[in-house]
Amino acid sequence: MSKNIDKISSRGKTWLKQTEESSKNRDIKFITASSEPVELLATPDMLTDFDYERDLGYPGEYPYTRGVHSNMYRGKLWTMRQFAGFGTPEDSNKRYHYLLKKGQNGLSIAFDLPTLMGLDADDSFSEGEVGLCGVSVSSLKDMEILLDKIPLDKVSTSMTINSPAAILFAFYIAVAEKQGVDPGKLRGTIQNDILKEYIAQKEYIFPPEPSMSIIVDTIEYCTEHLPQWNTISISGYHIREAGATAAQELAFTLADGFAYVEAAMARGLNIDDFAPRLSLFFNAHNDFFEEIAKYRAARRIWAKHLKEKYEAKDERSLLMRFHTQTAGCTLTAQQPENNISRVAYQALAAVLGGTQSLHTNSMDETLALPSEKAVKIALRTQQVLAYETGVPNTIDPLAGSYFVEDLTNKMEQQAEDYFRKIDDMGGVIPAIENGFFQSEIARAAYQYQREIEDKDRIIVGTNDFIEEDEKIEIPLLEIKKEVEEKQIERLKELKQTRDDKKVSNALKQLEEAAAQGKNLMPEFINCAKMYATLGEMINVLKQKYGEYVEPAEF
Amino acid sequence: MARKLRVLIAKPGLDGHDRGAKVVAAAMRDAGFEVIYAGLRQTPEMIVETAIQEDVDVIALSILSGAHMTIFPKVLDLMKENGINDKLLTGGGIISEEDVEKLQKMGVGKLFGPGASTRDAVQYVKEWADEK
Amino acid sequence: MSKIIDELTKGILEGNRNAIARAMTTIENEEDGYVRLLSNIYERIGRAYRIGITGPPGSGKSTLTNHLTKILRKEGFKVGIIAVDPTSPFTGGAILGDRIRMHDLALDKGVYIRSMATRGSSGGLARQATELADVLDAAGYDYVIYETVGVGQVELDIAEAADTTIVLLVPESGDIIQSLKSGLMEIADIFVLNKSDRPGAERMQKDLEYALHLRESDHDWHPKVYQTVANQGKGTEELWTEMKNHRSYLDSENHLVNKRDRRLKNRIETVIRQRIEFHFWDDKRKKILKNYLESEKEKLSPYLLAEKMLEKLLKTFK
Repeated sequence: MSKNIDKISSRGKTWLKQTEESSKNRDIKFITASSEPVELLATPDMLTDFDYERDLGYPGEYPYTRGVHSNMYRGKLWTMRQFAGFGTPEDSNKRYHYLLKKGQNGLSIAFDLPTLMGLDADDSFSEGEVGLCGVSVSSLKDMEILLDKIPLDKVSTSMTINSPAAILFAFYIAVAEKQGVDPGKLRGTIQNDILKEYIAQKEYIFPPEPSMSIIVDTIEYCTEHLPQWNTISISGYHIREAGATAAQELAFTLADGFAYVEAAMARGLNIDDFAPRLSLFFNAHNDFFEEIAKYRAARRIWAKHLKEKYEAKDERSLLMRFHTQTAGCTLTAQQPENNISRVAYQALAAVLGGTQSLHTNSMDETLALPSEKAVKIALRTQQVLAYETGVPNTIDPLAGSYFVEDLTNKMEQQAEDYFRKIDDMGGVIPAIENGFFQSEIARAAYQYQREIEDKDRIIVGTNDFIEEDEKIEIPLLEIKKEVEEKQIERLKELKQTRDDKKVSNALKQLEEAAAQGKNLMPEFINCAKMYATLGEMINVLKQKYGEYVEPAEF
Repeated sequence: MARKLRVLIAKPGLDGHDRGAKVVAAAMRDAGFEVIYAGLRQTPEMIVETAIQEDVDVIALSILSGAHMTIFPKVLDLMKENGINDKLLTGGGIISEEDVEKLQKMGVGKLFGPGASTRDAVQYVKEWADEK
Repeated sequence: MSKIIDELTKGILEGNRNAIARAMTTIENEEDGYVRLLSNIYERIGRAYRIGITGPPGSGKSTLTNHLTKILRKEGFKVGIIAVDPTSPFTGGAILGDRIRMHDLALDKGVYIRSMATRGSSGGLARQATELADVLDAAGYDYVIYETVGVGQVELDIAEAADTTIVLLVPESGDIIQSLKSGLMEIADIFVLNKSDRPGAERMQKDLEYALHLRESDHDWHPKVYQTVANQGKGTEELWTEMKNHRSYLDSENHLVNKRDRRLKNRIETVIRQRIEFHFWDDKRKKILKNYLESEKEKLSPYLLAEKMLEKLLKTFK
């Protein structure tokens, strides 16, 4: 075997030399979307150490490189999940009922920016942003309206919420209890990934340590009371959107994941009680093979670390299930129809990478909230992929490709290098406080931009194949002032009708629980039921924990 | 000593999307400017006060939230009120041509949309400074 | 010109923020009239107490500055902050991001924050930082805080410009005290071990105290080590008390006067050196140097050339 490899290797070198001498390349840089150089040809000598059983195994078997399920998409296609939410709770509620009638059985709730930042609709900082990019929820009252007549024991709900996730989750549980639904039957997901907020999305409130503690509270609470709830969707999507490379997305996301695992274990939780409820969320960028390698490497790294480092025993703990969204940052404002094909390739990479669910972006998303037609095309793109291309019929078809296996190995290697660096800094939180991730990402984003401006990287319609005099139509973003007024009015009414004494008692109890380092989930639920607002709860905790300010390191 | 161009880069609004602002900051540093990076969630009052204290030549705002029609005019008013309307107010974001026209009539400088090159932005600031 | 400068002076003395800003730019760029400006305000300076805060990247300098400023504001003082960041040696540009960490001071009218890049000035930084602080001093600010990252020469310059210098370290910066050569060790009047809730803090404290114990000192102020968690404001009140102790130490037995005299002397020397150099290198002399490099360097030693060029000037000194 090795003699054969030597022969291939030396012959390969001769071939490469001859090729370089005899042929002329196009005048561009041959690099990936992450600015990594790409081999002209992959050959078997790149995989001298390749061991099928050890490195790949069979789908549904350790180390799960080929997929987490044994029959993959033959058993069940990926979930086509499109995320939406807007305006007042009434508007969104109507939309959810429409979707449920159409046969959808999962809800996906997008909140507006004030809610994401833990601000009530009547806060002065919320002005102009209420109900704009999602639904506005300031109290249990809003959540009751949002979920009115929706059978919470039958649907699965995904809530994209992070900093104040525990409180919105408490609202949800309180609505369920009011509906008479046993919380044990609730199914769904909260994103609840605070680390990537500090790293990339920057919608943080408290400093990292207390934020982590609240997240462990949700994990602990779910382990006891909501065993079917997915507690964290550990997200690389936003890290990539902020400009990270594929390897950085992979490494930083998994490092975050391991930090959650360690924090929960430090609380005394048994890894197999919570790890099966963690899932991941990745980006699907332009570089086709690089992306596929990233997903494959992610599964292998997760399984290895959970098994070897954290000693998980339950097989379900080792499975890295993930959601994918195509890369919003690759969409161009110029010739927006081209985005349809970008999204299609990105979706194909995600499916070849074995994703469990997929959101495809709409072609007009760079400019405004997507139009209905654009959303439909995005969904149809997934359906064509699922039903017409034949791609889902066989599992992990690129396995064994010299190129893809080599890329997968390199991805894993780069991630492990980053893990070591992060460990040397004392872990994810000190690395955040030192600005490590932020400056790595900023540097990669800047390099990517320079490559575009130097035309080392071609973006069709933007720096080449430009249509002269193209008018970019920007649809008017309708700022619905009524939504804000309505929400403020509702809060005013709520504050007049609720029992203030009960509210202040509940908030006092929350403050005490925080001071004593207790699990805050029962207090959040109690406050919610007394109609304390999101902002009121957050303010109690701000007094105790302070507010986070970014490091100034570039 | 040679005069250094000083540019304030700030991001109003609640969202945390600072990729563009940071890329522009790095490009301007590399063009030899001194960039005062004020970061996220800056109110018009904070922006103008910072511009005064730092005596910047240029104020550059990154606005993605759609609130440009309220933020730019407010900043302009405060600049006039504080006697610093000799400084250039410019920026980038998702802004329709119609709004760009309106803002420029009010006195806002060039505004850069998605896909714009940082070189154009640097060039624009340099030319503005040369003419001043 | 002089009329503009005198108006600027009036503005500074009235505490006008636009005038302060313009004046600082004039001084930083050494624009026409900057010497007159500095002379105009000279007799109005000396009231502000100047604090230097320095330390390695990520040690929490801006956060500490933020908290100290809040303490000073509570006591009714007006505070000026000069945040110094390095200029890129390759491009001459800089990103000055320290304001991010002080954003809650942004609208406090009793606080003035100015970001300053080190630019190319070798040795001139101490002078320029002092001059910017002079403007704030003349404008009625009671305290001026210099905040800078400790990399090489910069922190030495800042210590030179400060009355009290605080050096910030974190539990992870152990290797810094391993080598006592570090300039940071020499300039501190007070050490602060920030992020002291992190593992390794106690050990770091002991190591630091041991290193200080070994250090020879020619005066009777012995730097102590204070622990803080700046982002929670922990330990900052105690630090403030120690800063007041240092100030009263300096006030006793003329230490402060001596320190400031030294600074004044340094400033005169720097001005003279820079002015002489500026006037010396006129086009004619620049040409001589160019010629020498192109065609005479084999024939003449650099010492003889220098001697020859200085000949006339040296005569005037006699």
